[in-house]
Amino acid sequence: MSEMLRAEHLAKYFPVQKSFLEQIFTREMRYVKAVDDVTFSVDRGEIFTLAGESGCGKTTTGRLAVRLLKPTKGKIYFEGEDITDLRGEDLRLLRRKMQIVFQDPYASLNPRMRLGDAVGHPLKIHGVAKSEGQKKLVLEVLDKVGLAPPEKFVNLYPHQLSGGQRQRVALARSIILEPEFIVADEPVSMIDVSLRTTIIDLMLGFRKEFGLTYLFITHDLAVAKYISDRIAIMYLGRIIEMGDKGRLFLKPAHPYTKALLSAIPIPDPKRKRKSVELAGEVPSAINIPAGCRFHPRCPYKKEDCAENEPELVEIEKDHFVACVLY
Amino acid sequence: MTLLEVDALTIDYRTGGGTVRAVKDVSFTLEKGETLGLAGESGSGKSTLGLSLMRLVPYPGVIVGGRIEINGNNILKLSNNEMRSIRGKKVAYIFQDPMISLNPVKKIGAHFLELIRTHEPETSKEKAIERANEILKNLGILPERANDYPHQFSGGMRQRIMIGLAIALNPDLVIADEPTTALDVIVQAKILDLLQSLREIYGMAMILISHDLSIILERCDKIIVMYAGQMMEYASNVELHKNPKHPYTRGLLQSIPNIELLDQRLSAIPGSPPDMLSPPVGCRFWPRCSSAKKICSAEEPPLIDVGRNHFVRCFLYTEEGANHE
Repeated sequence: MSEMLRAEHLAKYFPVQKSFLEQIFTREMRYVKAVDDVTFSVDRGEIFTLAGESGCGKTTTGRLAVRLLKPTKGKIYFEGEDITDLRGEDLRLLRRKMQIVFQDPYASLNPRMRLGDAVGHPLKIHGVAKSEGQKKLVLEVLDKVGLAPPEKFVNLYPHQLSGGQRQRVALARSIILEPEFIVADEPVSMIDVSLRTTIIDLMLGFRKEFGLTYLFITHDLAVAKYISDRIAIMYLGRIIEMGDKGRLFLKPAHPYTKALLSAIPIPDPKRKRKSVELAGEVPSAINIPAGCRFHPRCPYKKEDCAENEPELVEIEKDHFVACVLY
Repeated sequence: MTLLEVDALTIDYRTGGGTVRAVKDVSFTLEKGETLGLAGESGSGKSTLGLSLMRLVPYPGVIVGGRIEINGNNILKLSNNEMRSIRGKKVAYIFQDPMISLNPVKKIGAHFLELIRTHEPETSKEKAIERANEILKNLGILPERANDYPHQFSGGMRQRIMIGLAIALNPDLVIADEPTTALDVIVQAKILDLLQSLREIYGMAMILISHDLSIILERCDKIIVMYAGQMMEYASNVELHKNPKHPYTRGLLQSIPNIELLDQRLSAIPGSPPDMLSPPVGCRFWPRCSSAKKICSAEEPPLIDVGRNHFVRCFLYTEEGANHE
């Protein structure tokens, strides 16, 4: 399989607003290290998931991947081409091939734009097809996401739709340019359980139909397990474990992954879950602990952990872990 | 003795666009020390039902019918003053968002002092502080932190504080409304463990409201599945998991991914929840139901006893329904 997207030592630091006194007395800038040295690649046609708790940097990584943000360090390659420093027209052209779907379908649609216009907007921006052709494409794509009859939906406004329907519109808008690569940032976490599966199935269907590649972002490991081929678990801006879905869930290696998995409720009253053995909470991304960033909470920590940051190592085929235990 | 008895409870929201019947004819009982799960999607009426148990249904909601008895006392007949002595003392509520439920300009300790001394004016300040420290210890928070403000705590810690405030007066019933929805999984598991252990220490009954059926199956003895304001199914957790009867419950169970299963097939419930201003005639679920019959769109199904303390609102389990096309 050929490689679609590759991120190499990607990092994104956001400067912290300083108080007035600090501005006078110190020159030092403080940063939120949202993403701190992340390397991964996504193959054509696969669904690669970034999973982790809030604040782990998964969304920032997703936005870096489609270049909505410019990385502080590192490189991003798309189909072998370096897109790290693309600007203006080149970046706009790139966006025909990569799209993003956001978490909140209430915020991602313009409330004063009819659905037909919202879905057709990318066509206008990229000058694809003329007015009649645009209309036809919009109807087609609305039909594909299951908003039938599309003629009715074209003239509606977002407030007339339910959350699930809005997310379908957002999906329609993301596929209308026939992109090759979609970043889906928590696309189902704000949708009711009974409607989630239909959205996920739509996404899986598009992969089959158009050979789409997804970078899927979620905090919900159960959803990640259902949808993905490979998963990377992030903690405080780093990937701490990455691998094929089957291996990762069957034999989780990193203590953090194990804790995450043990915390997920199992919809079966007869299964008694073991309690989570993990101290404290996720530290601030401004003061990342030295050494392994997980060591202050780790039940297996050794002396060495506070000093050296472990690198991702391959412990079996297609299963990488960043932990001194391996 | 039965702690809580809800009988034929009906709640309307009288909006400009018409009347929304948010809760329709709901009846159930809860014994001392039991846990009940209210499961349902957004708009199913589960929060309205929870709030009504403290008579806190927000305007324009009105309780139009039914009875809510706590320890044999119909709270719908109480005066506002009498009601105030029940809130917090007999029944406590834990809200979803811990940030907006705490006063940002008040220290955590002061929250506890105010609560204890308002309800029990005879308690001295020293005694109240002592009790607050005791509770903080049970929550896993250092007593020194009583002097911190809410913004100095993380989301999970704030939710612990909310739980502490809820149990401070040792109520008989705690209603937890989506207590962990805003939190990450690890914190969620810890908060739910905490609730469970406190329940055992203080012997409280609990109603857990959640859209997440996995949490409810894991943590509650009895479960009510709500849909469009109605109780669709009622059973114990084991029974509901083994023997789901209502097509909606079955659909929900089939759409939850289970982390323990490899290659699970999920199936979706077609359609979307109804517009509550004009809900479907007959069974409120029939437009989305794969087993819908003619009778379902004509008449409202009754709640049927299918044995083993298991009730379901569906024509599939009645004689006239079973014989219908």
